[in-house]
Amino acid sequence: MPTTTIAGAEVQVDEEGFMTEYDEWNEEIANALAGNIGIELTDDHWQVIKFLREDYKEQGETPMLRRVSNVGGVPTKQLFQLFPKKPAKKMSYIAGVPKPQGCV
Amino acid sequence: MAFVPDFGDDDGDRKICFIASKGTLDMVYPSLIMANAALGEGIETHIFFTFWGMDIVTKKHMEDLQFTWLGNTAMHPPGGSKIHMPQGLAGLPGMTAMATKMMKKQIAELDVPEVPEMVQMIADAGGHLWACKMSVDMMGLTKDDMIPEVEDIISATDFIELSAGAQVIFT
Repeated sequence: MPTTTIAGAEVQVDEEGFMTEYDEWNEEIANALAGNIGIELTDDHWQVIKFLREDYKEQGETPMLRRVSNVGGVPTKQLFQLFPKKPAKKMSYIAGVPKPQGCV
Repeated sequence: MAFVPDFGDDDGDRKICFIASKGTLDMVYPSLIMANAALGEGIETHIFFTFWGMDIVTKKHMEDLQFTWLGNTAMHPPGGSKIHMPQGLAGLPGMTAMATKMMKKQIAELDVPEVPEMVQMIADAGGHLWACKMSVDMMGLTKDDMIPEVEDIISATDFIELSAGAQVIFT
């Protein structure tokens, strides 16, 4: 498994660059990851990222957009504004959780 | 040097158009699920509702789409059974309601939303919804019969124009 340096920390990533170790993530890293893809994190972004982290820990899988919207309380429209074009992939990249696997 | 996933932000020219022509519960999901997935990938997505597919966006019908296995020889009981469901059984009174109820339950178990919520998700994600003029005329519908997320009633020619350069998928 490759490693890379993000915000001064050496972390393990998969071949695409997604972090693979849940516990290696911290908020400083999230800021750096967001910066990598041109996103500056606001409180609204943090609400999504924290929900993703908590839900992944509880459920053992990354929530799909519908769940982030219905359970996490951030409307779909807003998710597309916060994480343009590919919200599901971008938010999981920043939150240090795997890409979601479901269909809906 | 950190390496960063390619989110494809630069290749913005992919476009998908679905033609949704069916109104049976089992046959409305393919276009809805794929359209939703395409939007999540940042792809410009359109759905053109035509003929029985009009029910998907018609207020009076969208919550009440039905399923029957009449004419579908691939219908097996749930759970990977080898048995074929007898075709004649499907024609008995009450069977469509029962089959619909069962299918809705299975869809809900997968945590897949019902049709109205699915359509709303697609609209919220920026999907474009269009109604077919000929179907609207034939069925005596107006724009008020449809959910407001339907952008317009358009002709076949309009659809051919708007789908220029797109991948077009008929369902």
